[in-house]
Amino acid sequence: MRFALSEDQKLLQASVAKALEALSPLERVRRFADQEQETAPDLWGGLTELGLPGLLIAEEHGGLGLGMVEAALAAEALGAAVAPAPFLGSAVLAPLALRLAGSPEQQAQWLPKLAAGEVIAGVAISEAVAGARDGAGVEASDLKLEGKALFALDARGAGLLVVADRKGRLHLAEAASALSPMDSIDATRRLSELTFRGTPAAPLASNQALERLRDAAWIVLAAETLGASQAMLDKAVAYAKERKQFGRVIGSFQAVKHLCAEMAAELEPARALVWYAAYAFDQGLNEAPLMAAHAKAHLSEVGRFVARTATEVHGGIGMTDLLGLHYWFKRIGQNRQLLGGPERVREIAARLQGLVVA
Amino acid sequence: MDLTETPELAAFRAEVRAFLAAHAEDYAGGAAKDVRSWQKLLIENGYAARTIPREYGGYGAEPDILKSRIIAEEFIAASAPRGIANQGVSMLVPTLLEVGSEEQKTRWIGPTLRGEIVWCQGYSEPGAGSDLASVQTKAIEDGDDFVISGSKIWTSTAHAAQMMFALIRTEPEAAKHEGISYVLIPMDTPGIEVRPLKTMTGQAEFNEVFFTDVRVPRDQVVGGRGRGWFVANTTLKHERGMLGDPNATEARLNALIELMKTETVDAQRVVDNPIFRDRLMQLQARVLAMKFNGLRLLTSQVTGEGAGVAGLVVKLQGCELNHQLAALAIDALGELGILYHDGPHLRAKGRWQWNYMFDLGLIIGGGTAQIQKNIISERGLGMPREPSAAKA
Repeated sequence: MRFALSEDQKLLQASVAKALEALSPLERVRRFADQEQETAPDLWGGLTELGLPGLLIAEEHGGLGLGMVEAALAAEALGAAVAPAPFLGSAVLAPLALRLAGSPEQQAQWLPKLAAGEVIAGVAISEAVAGARDGAGVEASDLKLEGKALFALDARGAGLLVVADRKGRLHLAEAASALSPMDSIDATRRLSELTFRGTPAAPLASNQALERLRDAAWIVLAAETLGASQAMLDKAVAYAKERKQFGRVIGSFQAVKHLCAEMAAELEPARALVWYAAYAFDQGLNEAPLMAAHAKAHLSEVGRFVARTATEVHGGIGMTDLLGLHYWFKRIGQNRQLLGGPERVREIAARLQGLVVA
Repeated sequence: MDLTETPELAAFRAEVRAFLAAHAEDYAGGAAKDVRSWQKLLIENGYAARTIPREYGGYGAEPDILKSRIIAEEFIAASAPRGIANQGVSMLVPTLLEVGSEEQKTRWIGPTLRGEIVWCQGYSEPGAGSDLASVQTKAIEDGDDFVISGSKIWTSTAHAAQMMFALIRTEPEAAKHEGISYVLIPMDTPGIEVRPLKTMTGQAEFNEVFFTDVRVPRDQVVGGRGRGWFVANTTLKHERGMLGDPNATEARLNALIELMKTETVDAQRVVDNPIFRDRLMQLQARVLAMKFNGLRLLTSQVTGEGAGVAGLVVKLQGCELNHQLAALAIDALGELGILYHDGPHLRAKGRWQWNYMFDLGLIIGGGTAQIQKNIISERGLGMPREPSAAKA
């Protein structure tokens, strides 16, 4: 029994974090957020050198053939850097959909391109996972899609779309009829509204894939929030050790120290929960969906607490655009609602263990 | 990450299970029929005093954290009582093994393990709580003896104990932390008075102990004169580990889930109320996080890697979580939740209310939540020490 990261996993995490220091410093994040760039090809290109787009793709298709634990570690590093990278949709959900439900031909057609970073894949599963809003929903018939999908991930600049229809079945399309941006609080992760009007699409085979996709998305969002929260805590502690008031560094006041201790006390055990959820996913354990749900809901709560508390430790400067702390604050806030807020996800957790009467 | 069990460990688990099945009659109903003979049986089989050397009355196995965990898990699964786990066994014995003299080890460890000697811990004083190193109970040299006067508080089991291990100021001239000795005191020595300390639970889980010219031979000091503070810190780390045990928390969560599935209000199960269900799910996530954090700590113990913040948060978070579980159980019981003591409608013998009150004491005791936050921020996050507290 060993509940710890392997040397390879630690190395992966460290090298992604190191690459992001150069690829996604705050100035780069800010430029992406301010200039309304569609994508950040320099960033994704740099991460492609590390093999990140093909992390979950089998080696025969040009990927690294790794699992959800590694994906969670990468997501943690991406969250810590609030990197504007299409990881969740293009490197996690689309490859997983193809692996679980794609035909050999579909896999051969798309996986090598995704692994090489040549094609970015967008994913639209919000209605099926988080519920339909404003009448959105996609109907599929005769290899065509009709309708609207909200909160599509990584859809801008995408050459492939994975779309869930109203019945939860998955389809591959090369493009939507129309794409309009959905401006959210988090300008570092772009969301889109997709419109399909008789759009040609190919169905994916399995009906079970959606649930696995949902679990994977929950784990990755939880891991991202973990990384973003840890970054906020680290910044708060560093600031509290520097900033002086009343002739002392504010980090020597218990009122401030205890806020930092509370953040650490909430965050550190949450890390073990994310690891376990990813491990359970990789092993295909029965409890894997429950653990994914708990990871998503719990990190949403811990993340919210850390985001506000770390900002508070910074005092007024924490509110300013100058410092840029708000990018982490907003990423954490977005991850909380995306693909189901904690109340909805906890209700599913209860359902998964038979605690809800039909 | 690999949570599968090796064949060796799987075989060991089967062995423990077989032992528990074979002796099920000795502990029917969750309590040992005869505590001392059960303890003897456990030591003989290596399920108590497992790593304590044979010459001191233990089983003498090499330390193996994973096997210890398997024993703990199987005993919980079978509702079998563990061996004696009073403060003598869990705190004094490890301390003697670490810093005791050969004579002290031979004399005290065996009888303590066998349950022949019960110990109490004399640390806290009315004026020395969080600031434990400020203990004032003092010993004055007189021939071969110390003459002790002062008082201790929060002394659980003092009324039943034959012996006390205590922090006594023996070097009045020395600096605060260097003037304390760790002294072993027979409780039947003239001049000792034990008074029960009744708490909000209605019971006296603790005592006060008063010393008036109590004579103790000077060779009853463990670890050297003036070294008591350092000796005590070797035991305190054992206590903090006990107070945040995630296995106990998980058992409590399971009892809470069972309660919410079986209790009904107007013929509706409590768990069918979405508000209670949501609160339960929030706590379940927290319990799981602490459970996996515990597995992470276990691995770090095996590999010898430091656990950092993950280890420092266990007491704070574990005790808080236990308290919240009790709070949800009381709320889930509704009006029935206020019943206590006895009566036909009382649930679980009033245990949830008792836990809710007693566990608040555990949030305070063993290093208060605020002291824990100091420890986390200073040792875990490298923040500056409280200037005045550090100097006093």
